[in-house]
Amino acid sequence: MKTALSAHATALLPLTVRDLVLRVDKATVLDGVNLDLGGRGCTMIMGANGAGKSLLLKLLHGLMPSTSGRISWGEHAPSEVTARQALVFQKPVLLRRSVAANIDFVLKARGKDMTRRDALLEHVGLSHKAGQPARLLSGGEAQRLALARALATDPEVLLLDEPTASLDPASVLAIESIVSEACSRGVRIIFVTHDIGQARRIADDVVFLHRGRVAEHTAAATFFPEPHSDAARNYLSGKIVV
Amino acid sequence: MLKRSIMASVAVLLLGGNAWAQDQSIIVQSTTSTANSGLFDYMLPIFQKETGIQVNVVAVGTGQAIKNAENCDGDVLLVHAKAAEEKFVAAGFGTKRTDLMYNDFVIVGPAADPAGVGGMQDVQGALAQIAEAGALFASRGDDSGTHKKEMALWADTGVDPLAASGTWYRETGSGMGATLNTGIGMGAYVLTDRATWISFENKQDFVIQVQGDEDLFNQYGVIPVNPAKCPAVKVDAAQTFADWLVSAEGQEVIAGFKIADQQLFFPNAPQN
Amino acid sequence: MGEALGLAVGLVLSGDADLLEIVLLSLRVSLTATAIACLVGLPVGALVAIGRFRGRNAVLILMNALMGLPPVVVGLLVYLHLSRSGPLGFLGLLYTPTAMIIAQAILITPIVAALSRQVLEDLHIEYAEQFRSLCLTRWQTVQALLWDARYSLLTVGLAGFGRAVAEVGAVIIVGGNIDHLTRVMTTAIALETSKGDLALALALGIILLVIALGVNAAVQAVRMTAARQAYV
Repeated sequence: MKTALSAHATALLPLTVRDLVLRVDKATVLDGVNLDLGGRGCTMIMGANGAGKSLLLKLLHGLMPSTSGRISWGEHAPSEVTARQALVFQKPVLLRRSVAANIDFVLKARGKDMTRRDALLEHVGLSHKAGQPARLLSGGEAQRLALARALATDPEVLLLDEPTASLDPASVLAIESIVSEACSRGVRIIFVTHDIGQARRIADDVVFLHRGRVAEHTAAATFFPEPHSDAARNYLSGKIVV
Repeated sequence: MLKRSIMASVAVLLLGGNAWAQDQSIIVQSTTSTANSGLFDYMLPIFQKETGIQVNVVAVGTGQAIKNAENCDGDVLLVHAKAAEEKFVAAGFGTKRTDLMYNDFVIVGPAADPAGVGGMQDVQGALAQIAEAGALFASRGDDSGTHKKEMALWADTGVDPLAASGTWYRETGSGMGATLNTGIGMGAYVLTDRATWISFENKQDFVIQVQGDEDLFNQYGVIPVNPAKCPAVKVDAAQTFADWLVSAEGQEVIAGFKIADQQLFFPNAPQN
Repeated sequence: MGEALGLAVGLVLSGDADLLEIVLLSLRVSLTATAIACLVGLPVGALVAIGRFRGRNAVLILMNALMGLPPVVVGLLVYLHLSRSGPLGFLGLLYTPTAMIIAQAILITPIVAALSRQVLEDLHIEYAEQFRSLCLTRWQTVQALLWDARYSLLTVGLAGFGRAVAEVGAVIIVGGNIDHLTRVMTTAIALETSKGDLALALALGIILLVIALGVNAAVQAVRMTAARQAYV
């Protein structure tokens, strides 16, 4: 599988987020997020429920506008570069077609090489399910198909929103290995998770959100043994954080 | 691929089997009485066999048939409302009107005969008696030939039934058959042409109560539509049909049409 | 009623050629009208389903109101256009099956558009965010929704077909109920009723009902197969 990293003239990274505020129905979800992400690696975004992780991901992907503040992917606003990224949702939305047709659909819609379908299915271990209805797949299989579909668009940045929540351990590992492999090929990974073990396994750095702000952004090697913020410390030690 | 084959089959269905495409077919705007009685079913195969011309009959009320013909949606008009037909020709829509045949109107009513008109011959007297008794009367009310006839008879009687519309006088606004069904359903007297009545299958306890008056005479005429007004008219085929109807042979065919041994139409085209 | 039922069975068993002709013309006219209504109504329904434009509510109200178009009114409008003295009279289509197809297609296109709009809007709520993430064009979105809702849309088409095959007001005006040319089940039923042959009229009605049942059963069978594959 080839990557499309070199195909674009201007790089998407670094990512710069400044004073990002998002209010939904008068509730402030994000309250001044500042963040700088460099060119490579796998960044995990963590934080308690309601910390605004999923909405931050959608803002980064250009799916919704912020209330105020600025997001820059290189020189671009998020909505200009949605097509150069892919987002894998917590609950995969699969078309009412066969597994293979789900990949074919994206390859065709995005003008990609249609012959890559079999390789993509092979890559996520779904070759044997190619002809089956996508909506009869197990949760883990469905999420692998969603990942294959995301990779079919040759994203420079892969955004994942708790893709392994409520999956069995084998499926979790399968998805992590696909993500790690993409990361090693140079795809920038931004991964929202609640799973501390998962973060330990694949994170290069961790962004910890607390009450709508970045409580800390630290290299994984430092974050897990010695988190700087009280919020992260409490979270890692299993205390309930509100 | 699928879409293309759908398109193709739509095209075939739309355009295929279009009988209008045959030049040897004409449209006759005619009345329900002639069509429902089965006259056309009996007569047209004989005509088509001889001439190869297919005749397509649109059977509506006389009023609508004339309207349709004025819109050029027919090649021949065959109806029964002499005054309206002559107006049609005078306005230039038809080339020439010829008397074709006649049958007669009758008043049918329930066997119980609430107005006591059974056996009467004097139609005006019978109508006056119905109005007097306030017995139910169902009218076509659709500007058809039969309806025009009925209104003329009421005028002779000196009764204005429209004043009683909705009480004992019920206007159905429908064809002959529908009006008979309605009238029989509510036990009302109905003025109908004899041909429709003889072939009508839902008589129940209704019988002919009034018949035989000369004023109940029902004259049919045939008129080819004028190509000067309607350039698309199939002049030759239309004229062939009109000529055949009034020819000795056509008249004989009309006379030969019988239901239950009763002759329904009496040819009276002028023979020279 | 019993007499009509016996008559219906007798008619079918005797393989009456006239009856067969009328049944086939009914199916041809109404199925073609349904196909045309789907070709036009489904994309319209889809565009309104995914569209966010000014006056959308007015369009929705109009579409829903047009579902109640009286067949007689449609028949009259088509008659006035196709009449030899009308603007399209030169086509020579009045009193042909084509005229009947046109009238029925006009009658049921709003039904297909309005019902498909509802089906597709529900599906789009599920797909919208994923599709925006994939940066699909409007047309790609429409195509994907139409294809993925195809089994639900079969039911929509069926609703249109049911209305078309059952209506008499439009086809009797533009078709003229001409024997062996434009006579269909409903106009034949109207004719037999006007002749007072109520038993035969009812028998034809029973046959029409059986045909409608058959078409519905076939579609239901397809849907159930689809449901087993979670394609519905």
